[in-house]
Amino acid sequence: MSVQAWTFLLVGASFALYIGIAIWSRASTTKEFYVAGGGVSPLANGMATAADWMSAASFISMAGIISFTGYDGSVYLMGWTGGYVLLALLLAPYLRKYGAFTVPDFVGDRYYSQLARIVAVVCAIFVSFTYVAGQMRGVGIVFGRFLEVDVNVGVGIGMAIVFFYAVLGGMKGITYTQVAQYCVLIFAFMVPAIFLSLMITGTPIPQFGLGGVEQASGLPLLERLNGLNQELGFAPYTSGTKSTFDIFFITAALMAGTAGLPHVIIRFYTVPRVRDARISVGWALLFISLLYTTAPAVAVFARTNLINSVQDVPYASVPEWFTKWEDTGLLSFNDANGDGRIQYVGPDSPMTNELTVDRDIMVLANPEIANLPAWVIGLVAAGGLAAALSTAAGLLLVISSAVSHDLLKRSIMPQITEKQELLAARIAAGAAVLVAGYFGMHPPGFVAQVVAFAFGLAASSFFPAIILGIFSKRTTREGAILGMVSGITFTAGYIIYFNFVNPDANSAANWWFGISPEGIGTLGMLLNFAVTIAVSRVTPEPPAQVQVLVDLIRVPRGAGEAHELNM
Amino acid sequence: MTNPTEHNHGEDRPSVTNPETVARHAEYWRRNIRYLGMLLVVWFVVSYVCGILFADALNAFTLPGTHFPLGFWFAQQGSIYAFVILIFVYVKLMNRLDHEFDVDEGASS
Repeated sequence: MSVQAWTFLLVGASFALYIGIAIWSRASTTKEFYVAGGGVSPLANGMATAADWMSAASFISMAGIISFTGYDGSVYLMGWTGGYVLLALLLAPYLRKYGAFTVPDFVGDRYYSQLARIVAVVCAIFVSFTYVAGQMRGVGIVFGRFLEVDVNVGVGIGMAIVFFYAVLGGMKGITYTQVAQYCVLIFAFMVPAIFLSLMITGTPIPQFGLGGVEQASGLPLLERLNGLNQELGFAPYTSGTKSTFDIFFITAALMAGTAGLPHVIIRFYTVPRVRDARISVGWALLFISLLYTTAPAVAVFARTNLINSVQDVPYASVPEWFTKWEDTGLLSFNDANGDGRIQYVGPDSPMTNELTVDRDIMVLANPEIANLPAWVIGLVAAGGLAAALSTAAGLLLVISSAVSHDLLKRSIMPQITEKQELLAARIAAGAAVLVAGYFGMHPPGFVAQVVAFAFGLAASSFFPAIILGIFSKRTTREGAILGMVSGITFTAGYIIYFNFVNPDANSAANWWFGISPEGIGTLGMLLNFAVTIAVSRVTPEPPAQVQVLVDLIRVPRGAGEAHELNM
Repeated sequence: MTNPTEHNHGEDRPSVTNPETVARHAEYWRRNIRYLGMLLVVWFVVSYVCGILFADALNAFTLPGTHFPLGFWFAQQGSIYAFVILIFVYVKLMNRLDHEFDVDEGASS
């Protein structure tokens, strides 16, 4: 069977599975729609969280970024996993005890303020939409390359699937679909990694292969790649080029951002008890770490393979995958010196680089570069789609609940019935799918910067507000609102200035203390903490019932199920 | 405003006015903070210290039995394993603490 036939078969089968699950798990109450009825087992929730979290960025882009940046790519590995430690220790158990439906629910109630609630709603919607745009680009790439359908048609199909199970099943449908999607995506990521590890290092376990010996040369793989990189004028793979200070700040921003992302936090409202929320974060990170410890190995295998198969090869004899990716515009060759051969070299080389490779294609092209069987290539396509769709669905739910629950039920129209609220939630989810689809068909040209924006924003707004809300009873409404506003304004201002207002100045020489816009969320977060604590000291302490509330969320007993609150 | 636990089933929900309970909860919280402090020190050391601040220095060594430069290994492998272990240790410590202070939850509702 051809690659395309396998791709159609595997993508089609996985889509049929998701639709089947959606029909089986329809939601009939707001509680089922928002938090899957609060009865999800910790293991299933861990798996669903892993799929929710691992997006097109983790599946498609991350290994590619690491492949091209080596050690510098560590910020994503540490940042996107270390955040789960913060989530487990500082947020998930307490938010589960509190037992709300959404993140703005907690912020609004803890800070006894509609304004705080609205600030949180705006942040949640903004963060989620920027994220969805990134997922849609992933869907478009997979469809465009493997199914050779028009990108718009591809995005349309993806949207129809998400529409079906998110609107019908809400969190309940999403949860069980995500469990299936985790299985599809991890299988799709591991199979080629195991094949490659066997081919290159003779070890089936990629994590060991990465620290092993390259069979062809008999040298340690990483040492060999460092040598290849330097020979071609790139920085050594294992040391990177970013400053230590910047790496530190970016990692911290990604960690705090991860812990503050609303679509991840709400997953821990779906389990029955506080202790389930704790262990569930552990399961989630265990499932995530399977992919995250494999990705650096895939990155090294991909880079070694890429260099070996294109460097100094005559253009006339390039393999088929090369021309196919050229057609998508994500790979291009420009014969600068006219010798008819491909020179792939780095900034320190005396020669001119002739090959441009979009880092998003490395994971997808890897199996073809390594000549793996056709079914493996189809599997990777299905895995990429599972990763993009599962995350998109989780984000759409955050948007829908922010509108129907936080904005309508808790702010504007508190008198609506549960049935009306459920209908509003479905309409909001449907509208969000359409907006996301629009972004997918007309992707903003700055997806990468926008995603950095989302993390910086989550780190500098929600993260300090929630932590202080739990750990400091003295934190007041005024402190939290001013803290969130100053954190966001500072972070957004810095990112917008360097990416959109004055992009020419976007270099280490002009950055404050050498902190890149990706890492500025850390400074924004510290500012938020400082402002919140300072203002809280000089404003009247929170009302007695709020202090009682804080006491109650600190002890597990009496969590019961997630439920509706009446202020 | 009603507090969230008022909606819950279960007769033995904590009374926040009883001074004995208040003291017990305060001690529980103090122990919790101490655990968090210990675990977060490890969290910081495996990632920020070994994987970032001293990564270059550690790269002079390899992880025994492999060909990984040590700093690189912490940044791309070791820190992640440590994070997973940290969470499971936390779960174990907290479940024991909940039981000790009689604030644990009953069977799944």
